[in-house]
Amino acid sequence: MGRILLICRLAARDLRRRRAEAVLMLIVITAAAATLTLGLVLSGATSNPYLDTKAVTAGPDVVAQSAGAAKNGGPPASLTALENAPGAIGHSGPYPLASPSLRAGGHTVSTAAAGFTVEGRDQGRAPVDQPKVTQGSWVRPGGAVIMQTYAAELGVRPGDRITLNGRRFTVTGLAVTAAWPSVNAPGLIWLTTADARSLATAANPLTYALNLKLADPATATAFTNAHGTGNVYLSSWQQTSSQDAKAVQFEQEALVAGSWLLSMLAIASVAVLVGGRMAEQTRRVGLLKAVGGTPRLIAAVLLAEHLALALLAAAAGLAAGWLAAPLLTSPADGLIGAAGAPSLTAVTVGVVAAVALAVALFATFVPAIRAARTSTVAALADAARTPRRRAWLIAVSRRLPVPLLLGMRLAARRPRRLMLSAASITITVAMIVGVLTIWQLDHVSKVPGGLINPVHAGVNQVLLVITVVLTVLAAVNAIFVARATVADSRRPLAVARALGATQEQVSAGVSASQLLAALPGAILGIPAGIGLVAAVSRNGPVAILSAWELIAVLLGTLLVVSALTAVPARIGARRPVAEILQSEAA
Amino acid sequence: MRAELDQPEGHIVSETETIMSDTGRSSMLRARGLRKEYGKEAGLVRAVDAVDLDVAPGETVAVMGPSGCGKSTLLHLLGGLDRPSAGELHLAGQRIDQMGEKALARLRRDAIGFVFQAFHLMDELTAVENVELPALLAGNSTRAARRRAAGLLERVGLADRARFLPSALSGGQRQRVAIARALANEPLVVLADEPTGNLDSEATLEVLRLFESLHEAGQTLVIVTHDSRIAATADRLISMRDGALVDETRLAGGTTGHLSSLAGLDA
Repeated sequence: MGRILLICRLAARDLRRRRAEAVLMLIVITAAAATLTLGLVLSGATSNPYLDTKAVTAGPDVVAQSAGAAKNGGPPASLTALENAPGAIGHSGPYPLASPSLRAGGHTVSTAAAGFTVEGRDQGRAPVDQPKVTQGSWVRPGGAVIMQTYAAELGVRPGDRITLNGRRFTVTGLAVTAAWPSVNAPGLIWLTTADARSLATAANPLTYALNLKLADPATATAFTNAHGTGNVYLSSWQQTSSQDAKAVQFEQEALVAGSWLLSMLAIASVAVLVGGRMAEQTRRVGLLKAVGGTPRLIAAVLLAEHLALALLAAAAGLAAGWLAAPLLTSPADGLIGAAGAPSLTAVTVGVVAAVALAVALFATFVPAIRAARTSTVAALADAARTPRRRAWLIAVSRRLPVPLLLGMRLAARRPRRLMLSAASITITVAMIVGVLTIWQLDHVSKVPGGLINPVHAGVNQVLLVITVVLTVLAAVNAIFVARATVADSRRPLAVARALGATQEQVSAGVSASQLLAALPGAILGIPAGIGLVAAVSRNGPVAILSAWELIAVLLGTLLVVSALTAVPARIGARRPVAEILQSEAA
Repeated sequence: MRAELDQPEGHIVSETETIMSDTGRSSMLRARGLRKEYGKEAGLVRAVDAVDLDVAPGETVAVMGPSGCGKSTLLHLLGGLDRPSAGELHLAGQRIDQMGEKALARLRRDAIGFVFQAFHLMDELTAVENVELPALLAGNSTRAARRRAAGLLERVGLADRARFLPSALSGGQRQRVAIARALANEPLVVLADEPTGNLDSEATLEVLRLFESLHEAGQTLVIVTHDSRIAATADRLISMRDGALVDETRLAGGTTGHLSSLAGLDA
């Protein structure tokens, strides 16, 4: 018990002594934990809003749609026969469906784009499927009600004018329905039945939709399987619900993928932070050992510090992710009701905590073991850890200008840090390339009407957030790697200055050492990003960014890294040489 | 830089000068009223206090004094590693105390060689790579730098240790590598800060022999030391206390050639 108390006390004191680093570590792990939480809690988050909408709008259990019309222009018999099919206890319709061309909000959507459908409805309430008007009023002659999601895509509001097949209509209201997928499907516009019929043309004749209520809604899928024919297409409420859920499902998948990338970046960041801290507290380790601390105690103190931070970060991440989830699951455009904060399950909490602890453990393990094995005398003397020697790098660097000579040799001293830095850049560049590729895909796959798929818009939003978080973390990482390099190399840099290297050459050397890691990292990040998109893409091969775009990503990364590392490099190069050489032992 | 050595330089002796070279030769190093202060008001510390000093070309000057008297700080000022708070400093007739950081770096690279008590070799570089570093920093060709480094290692008796890492060398060998490195760019002055402070007697003797040969070759040397045996090899011994020069002893051309007779150092 006494030993545990001692470990906790030492860990707490050290955390308090190095608050800034502790806070940074907390932020890094919290970001990864929050993203993972978001990804996990979003699973199935839209099912409740869909059911809410279905209940409020007396949503159908099955929607049947004919492929064409009867010879007299009315609904085909195969469709109307479903009104009396076994299990059906109520219906509304059949309602005429038209596919005119549309001009609204600066968009022109042709019929060929299949961007939307017009449904003719009665002005009174229907027994099944009563679209809920969220703004304005229900249909009237010459007036159109637009499905809320579609109105957002078009950028129209009640009172605006739209043109259908050259005929002008006034938008009287916006509404939501459970009969029609709110996303990832053509938009829906309601007119009066007469107005809808008037839009039929020889090229685009009317079709019909029938809304059915079943005695047992759970049997809707079986009903569609039993009664679907080549002329009548049936969709169950479960299919519609699932399609609505896809938007969040894609967001969830993007978040989970992003959270793994963030976790990897967090490992790299925390490893750099812990490594930097270790370099600064070698003497403390020596003192602990000198007063009887065993190697196990030393490792336990270090692990305790970082595992405590990881647990705190996991808790903060869980809270942040849980609270942020409703922002992403908000059904504002397509459904009514609110998803609310999805419940945190024990599995979610366990997975997030385990990932946070794993991040801390992976990053701390090597420095903890190293500290435990450090010789007490060497630690007490605060002897610098012997750098690695890479003979070929030293030989190559001899032929280079002084900043590159210094940079290459600095980089060669700590290959593990170099790899962590490169990995951090690889992850970030991969994400940036991935996002740019997805944006390009969106641009290519944009419907002729120029409308944005709301599912893609949502996923893009999530990807953008993850990319920003990744970039910020990578930036923090770059600064800390540069800072750790400067701290770790203060003696050789001071010696180089004593031998005649200028401050500019030294600070350029530090920046060059970071660029030597960033360059391969960024180069690797490009195929990694393309691979990432290919792995998550459901539509086979993906478009590849143009050469100049990839070069711009590469150069931009190098530019940002050199700018970020310039400050710690300059600060390091300005420290008085005499002071460093006098305080540092050989 | 070396060409400036031959130029006559006016030797201005003020009334306040107490310790100066009386060799009559022009000064390689010349300090007037050199001062280095730390802190302010009540906490003001004068690490170097109004030092006037002349070091003639080819002269070996030893600086002795108790710990904390300002010897190392003076050496850092003379070598442009630190900036004086006041006073003037000239190297080979060129005023250096007002130089910018870049010019000082060039000066250290081309005209000054440092030897530190803690050696300060690059741990990851071999002996020859350490020695050639100043030449590479000066922009010399890799071939010329390596040739010069190999020659210097031979001169300090470590040709067979050229590819050894510092960790595989003894303390004396490390210091000889550091001395070879200090000579890489043929400096006007070599400044040594407690060069034998971390060495045993045998290694001290090796280093002493090396300084002796440098002295014979006409290398200007300023050696800060606690070791009276090192000081005895100098042309002139200067004592410091509380940042000021308090005494000077001329050693009649030093004890060059008499190392083996120095007590306790017989090889």
